[in-house]
Amino acid sequence: MAIITVQNLRKQYGDKIAVKDVSFSVEEGEIYGIVGRNGAGKTTTVECVAGLRKPDGGAVHVAADLKQQVGVQLQESTMPDKLRVGEALDLYASFYANPASVTELLDEVGLDPKVGFAKLSGGQRQRLSIALALVGNPKIAILDELTTGLDPQARRETWELISRIRERGVTVLLVSHFMEEVERLCDRVAVIADGSVLAVDTPAGLISRTGGVHRVTFRSTVPVESLKSLPEVHSVTVEAGQVTVTGDQNVLRAIVTTLPDSAISGLKTETSTMDDAFLALTGE
Amino acid sequence: MAVTAPQVRRLTSVETKLYLREPAVIFFAVGLPIALMLILGGSIPDFREPDPALGGLRPIDTHLPAMMILLSVLTCAFSLLPTVLVTYRERGILKRMSTTPVSPVTVLGVQLVLNLAMALFTTVLMLVLANLVYDVPFPQAPLAFTGILLLGMVSSFAIGLLLAAFAPTSRIVQGLGMAVFFPSLFFAGMWVPHALMPDALRVVSEFTPSGAFGAALVDVLATGSAEWTHVALMAGWGAVAAVVAVRFFRWL
Repeated sequence: MAIITVQNLRKQYGDKIAVKDVSFSVEEGEIYGIVGRNGAGKTTTVECVAGLRKPDGGAVHVAADLKQQVGVQLQESTMPDKLRVGEALDLYASFYANPASVTELLDEVGLDPKVGFAKLSGGQRQRLSIALALVGNPKIAILDELTTGLDPQARRETWELISRIRERGVTVLLVSHFMEEVERLCDRVAVIADGSVLAVDTPAGLISRTGGVHRVTFRSTVPVESLKSLPEVHSVTVEAGQVTVTGDQNVLRAIVTTLPDSAISGLKTETSTMDDAFLALTGE
Repeated sequence: MAVTAPQVRRLTSVETKLYLREPAVIFFAVGLPIALMLILGGSIPDFREPDPALGGLRPIDTHLPAMMILLSVLTCAFSLLPTVLVTYRERGILKRMSTTPVSPVTVLGVQLVLNLAMALFTTVLMLVLANLVYDVPFPQAPLAFTGILLLGMVSSFAIGLLLAAFAPTSRIVQGLGMAVFFPSLFFAGMWVPHALMPDALRVVSEFTPSGAFGAALVDVLATGSAEWTHVALMAGWGAVAAVVAVRFFRWL
C-alpha cells in the first residue's frame, strides 16, 4: 500500500518553476530515492511532501500524521551552537506523543550527549540530524542530502545508519545527488530533472536501461582504429594515449582478440553504474 | 495541535540554558546597566545633589535609574531578542521545528518571555542595589511604575520583533539593532536629559517610542505619575510595530 502519493505536483516561486510535473508513490517500508542535479526540484518536492510548502498544483497524499509521524532531516538545518546533543534530543522527544528512547538513539548514532552542537564534526551533525528525525518514532523519515559534504568514512557510517532505519520499519524518502548512495540504499528511485520525473525504477533497473554498458580502458602501442568496426564495440575514444572503449558484455574479448597481446598495457574494465545510468537518462 | 505544558516547560528550560550560556548576554543585559548605575552614581557628585526641579529628589533617584533600566530593556529588545530569532531562522531551526508537533511560534513566545524576565530581573536588582548603596528610594508609586515599565517593555519588544521580521540575516539584524539602539538611547535622554534639550528636540524626542518611555519612567520615579500622551505614544508605537511584525514575520 502506498504511504506517500504525489500526483502532478507543481510548485513555483515567483516566475521560477521549481517543480513542473512530479508524480510518484512510495510503498510502506521501502527506501525511496529522489535523485537529480542541484536545482532539479528535489528539495521542493520533499518539502511539499513534508507539508513545509504548499503545492501550486497537483496533489500530495501522505498516509500519516505529518507532524507526529513524519520525521524530517532538512538540508542545511542546524541547531544552536551551545545546545548539547542530549538536550537537543530530549527537547525534540518532548514534542512528540510517542517518542523513541533517547538513550537508545544516542547509542545507535554513536554520539556523546554532553557535546555541544558547535563542536560536532560534519558527520556527527548529520547523525544528530538523523536521530532528531527518528526521535518521534515516525512512520516516515524524509532525509534531504544528508551525506553532501561528508568525507567517505562519515558517508559510509551514515549509510549504515540508514540501512538500520529500515529495520525499524520506517519508510524512508531519501533525496540525493550521489548515485553510489542511491544504488546502495534505495529500493526504488525517481530520477528528476528540470522539475519533472524522467524515470522511476529500481537502481538495477535503471542501470540495465542503459543497456548494461561495459567500458574498457587501456594503453596501446598500435593504432586502435580497427576496433571501431567490431560489432561488440559502441565507441572508441583516445585521449592522451589512454584508449576508452565501450560496448556490450563481449567487448573485452573482442579487444584482446583483435589487438596483439604485446600492444596492450594497463587494462581495466568497468561495468556501468548508477552514474552512467543517471547521465544517460539526463542526456549527458 | 495545541502545545502542552510539558513541551513549553522543556523548551523554556532549554532556551534559558542557552541564553545563560552566552556570557555577553549577562554582561550587556544585567552587568553593564547595573555597573554603570553604581559607578556613575558614585563618581559624579551632581547625581547626588537634590534638585528642586525634581521635587528635592536627586538625579540618582530618578534620571539615572530610568536610563539604566532603559539600557537593559533596549539591549534585550533591539539586540538579544531579534538576533536569536533571526539566527534561528537563518540556521533553519524555526523551519525544522515547524515539521514537529510544536510550532515555532512557541520559541518566539519563550524568547519574548525570557528577555522580558531578564530586563525585569535587572530592574529589580538595580533598584535594590541602588537602595542599599545610595539610599535611592523605591518607586513611590509601585503600580504606576510597574505599569509604565511593562508597557515600555512591550512596545520596545514589538519594535525588536519588527527588526527580526525584516532583517534577512543575523548580521543585518545586529547592524540594524545597533542603528536603532543608539538613536533610541539618545531620544530617551541617555546623554542629554529631556529637561536640558532645546524645545524642538525635546518635542521630537518625546514622540519617539524610547523618548516617550524614558520621559514616562523619569516622571513616574520623580512624581509618582506620568503624562497620558507618553503612555498613549508607547501603546501606539507598540501596537503598530506588533501588527506589522506579525504580518511580515517569516518562519522559513
